[in-house]
Amino acid sequence: MKKLLFLSVFALATAVTYAGGYRVSLQGNKALAMGHTGVAVINSESVFFNPAGLVYLENKLTISGGGFGIFSNVSYQNEATGAFAETDNPLGTPFYAYASYQATDWLAFGLGVYTPYGSGVEYEDDWAGSHLVNNIDLAAIFVQPTVSFKIADVLSIGGGPIYVTGSVNFNRNLNRTLTDIDGNRSEVTVDASGVNNWGYTVGAMFRPTENLTIGANYRSEIILDAEDGEADFENIPNSPLAPFADTTFDASLPLPAELTVGLSYEFCDKWLFAFDYNRAFWDVYDSLDIDFADPNIPDSFNARNYKNASTYRFGLQYEATSMFTLRAGYYFDESPVQAGFFAPETPRNDSNGYTAGLTVNVSDSFQIDASFLYLHFNEVDASYDAYMENGQAVPFGGTYKSNAFAPGLGVTYKM
Amino acid sequence: MKKTIYTIVCGVLAIGLVGCEAEFDNPVNADGFYSTGDADLTNFVSVGNSLTAGFADGALYITGQENSYPNIMAEQFALAGGGEEFTQPLMADNLGGLLLNGTQVAQNRFVLAADPMTGEPLGPVILEGTPTTEVTTSETGPFNNMGVPGAKSFHLVTPGYGDAGGVLAGTANPFYARFATSGSATVIADAASLNPSFFTLWIGNNDILSYATSGGIGVDQTGNLDPATYGSNDITDPNVFASVYSQQVDALTASASGGALINIPDVTSIPFFTTVPVQSIPLDAATAAAVNAQFAQYNTVILPTLVQFGIITQEEADARMINFSAGINFPTITDDDLTDVSTILQGPPANLPADLANLLGQLRQANNDDLVVLTASSVLGTLANPSDPTSVIGVAVPLEDQFVLTATEQSRVSTASTAYNATIRALAGANGLAYVDARLALAQVANGGIAYDAGLLTSEFVTGGAFSLDGVHPTPRGYAYTANLVISEINKTYNATIPTVNIGNYGTVTIANNQ
Repeated sequence: MKKLLFLSVFALATAVTYAGGYRVSLQGNKALAMGHTGVAVINSESVFFNPAGLVYLENKLTISGGGFGIFSNVSYQNEATGAFAETDNPLGTPFYAYASYQATDWLAFGLGVYTPYGSGVEYEDDWAGSHLVNNIDLAAIFVQPTVSFKIADVLSIGGGPIYVTGSVNFNRNLNRTLTDIDGNRSEVTVDASGVNNWGYTVGAMFRPTENLTIGANYRSEIILDAEDGEADFENIPNSPLAPFADTTFDASLPLPAELTVGLSYEFCDKWLFAFDYNRAFWDVYDSLDIDFADPNIPDSFNARNYKNASTYRFGLQYEATSMFTLRAGYYFDESPVQAGFFAPETPRNDSNGYTAGLTVNVSDSFQIDASFLYLHFNEVDASYDAYMENGQAVPFGGTYKSNAFAPGLGVTYKM
Repeated sequence: MKKTIYTIVCGVLAIGLVGCEAEFDNPVNADGFYSTGDADLTNFVSVGNSLTAGFADGALYITGQENSYPNIMAEQFALAGGGEEFTQPLMADNLGGLLLNGTQVAQNRFVLAADPMTGEPLGPVILEGTPTTEVTTSETGPFNNMGVPGAKSFHLVTPGYGDAGGVLAGTANPFYARFATSGSATVIADAASLNPSFFTLWIGNNDILSYATSGGIGVDQTGNLDPATYGSNDITDPNVFASVYSQQVDALTASASGGALINIPDVTSIPFFTTVPVQSIPLDAATAAAVNAQFAQYNTVILPTLVQFGIITQEEADARMINFSAGINFPTITDDDLTDVSTILQGPPANLPADLANLLGQLRQANNDDLVVLTASSVLGTLANPSDPTSVIGVAVPLEDQFVLTATEQSRVSTASTAYNATIRALAGANGLAYVDARLALAQVANGGIAYDAGLLTSEFVTGGAFSLDGVHPTPRGYAYTANLVISEINKTYNATIPTVNIGNYGTVTIANNQ
């Protein structure tokens, strides 16, 4: 019976991991293996998933760290013109490190460093959609000191401030046709790094019975305001009609707030089921506006019009032996991108994530955590209709197909 | 333990089932997504003149060649399983001029200049620089693109047209001399030697165009069957055209399973003829009255006298009347289809001095049926003699014949092109080839425009998007539109499904200032 259940979850897994927009849901190997659930799961990754869980950890000191390699692919084609493009994305390498220290039986401290947002999309230069993006590299590192209180045996809370440092590098052609005298497409690269801001996370955990845990966690919105970033214009024709020269720019990129509620349930001694519901408040991402300092250069307004989006996550854990703990999971990730705003820099439609993984208990104090994610996107006909040329909207559309793989490896040390 | 391994293996297999690449169910780049139908596009050869070569902005240069209509077509053919390589005799630079033994024999390209202070467009200027394409440094021909700028229909079958030694004498073409397989080669034989499996032929435009762009200073050679006696600005006899065109179709269909013949558009709808308004001379009432006073004797004495002596008809006399008024006026012009009275006026009873008699010899005022060429814009209203403020061209000094295509001259062009097109259509039908009605397409561009994803493609000079800065040749966008036309006809004729391009992705005029 146990075996059947486990297999059925794996079968289901021939269905989604990652998250909409430029959110990268890879914040722990144990959690990812269970469909990236964790708001109601108590383990070494709770610093991120729910700080309230830290006080329930069994060891005095728990340290967990690891990383992932993201192999992501995007293909684009347009049947009317025969245009075809495939991304050659750099390997994404999100990582995490969490430490938790049990000060008393009602108080724990923790520290987390993790990378929940990022994007690395690289199309062939001058591809059909190069007026929207040639390549983008977005990264953000979160640092989160954490404290967790046990209010009662059945209830705890936790939270902490978040310090973010981010960077962005974005290249695209200025429009569909402008070139220098030798036909090289005019392009701009905007680059900003060391963009910092603060946010916070708060969580609560309720354990009404021995087997049931209910959790909630909220991470605040953080707006990354890039100021005086570098804008580098290349292949600009020698003409007053193309007044583009290197300058600086200001732009804002929102990292949306996220609310997670969920539960976990232990059964048959060795089994744990977890469910998380995420709500990401993407509606803050209304438009990507680039304000160039040089008054001769028109500012760039790029409507995004994202909507709030939900993710449904399911995970299962089985302590097979004292040495091996097996995990599997599934999630459905709703895209925040609305029809007509499908920009190729974040080509995200709804996706299904399938996950699996295991922990090897090398010793009582040392674990190796491994996980794997396959993220499946259905082929989608989509377009970005907000691109303007001579005051007229010029849609860029076609068929997109994306997927991603993310194997991960981590270690956990308990004392 | 065994169970554990089993479940891991199952999980890996499950993942394997869903595949690793982001592959489409029906990828456009898979064999068979697009079909070439009954056409064999493995070896595509395109024969013609400047329009085939990718000439634009008054010159041939690399980026123009890359956007030639056959090159755009070949890229689309490749998507449908056509030949992977389409060779072109690329120039050495993007300046566009040509050197013959170090001496420049073809001008550099035009670019659109703008005022450095105001940023406002100024107009076309020649891009400065020393060209690096030398005629005598032969390219290894033949090429898939056998477009030769300047070639008329009969030039394609004329031996020696690619002999560099004949360029200065006017018997050879510097562009063809670059890549002719020998000095005695013909364009059509070089093209046929490639054994094309498919071809396009677009020739005959220059057989009327040079007459038209030169304001009709050439001769309508209809009736003269010997093209060797033609001047460069003459209209080719339609029978000569039919004869050489038929030879060319025969030469190309010898190896090709199919092809497309493109007809001759109405040249008078291009910006070269539609940009400069005929009414172009602004005068106030006092000046108009003063000018009219100068022509009073011509209007009231000389013209009636010429009618009286039976030298001109009353109708011609009416047409030759000069009358200015306050406002924008028609310029005075020289019309070589008028009776030349310069000699008669020097004799009795007029006894006019020679210079005045010559000025009045074929004089009239332009009217709405005349077309003034683009190059007249730098002449109209200027002083013929800078030290004589009364020598305004278009008023006291007539605009020269080369700047005006009169209604009579237009009808010669129209008659000849209609005859050429009848030949092209008949040969397309007889050989089962696609027939591309470029004449109709250009008429649509000129009358209302062609809608594309960012607006309208029109023949408005500089801003319309279809025509480059020479006012005659298309822009890359205009060539892309041409390529789409040809592809559409090929698809119809040969049951093919070759995709067309989005013309909005192709540029128009090039902006640049000289330093």
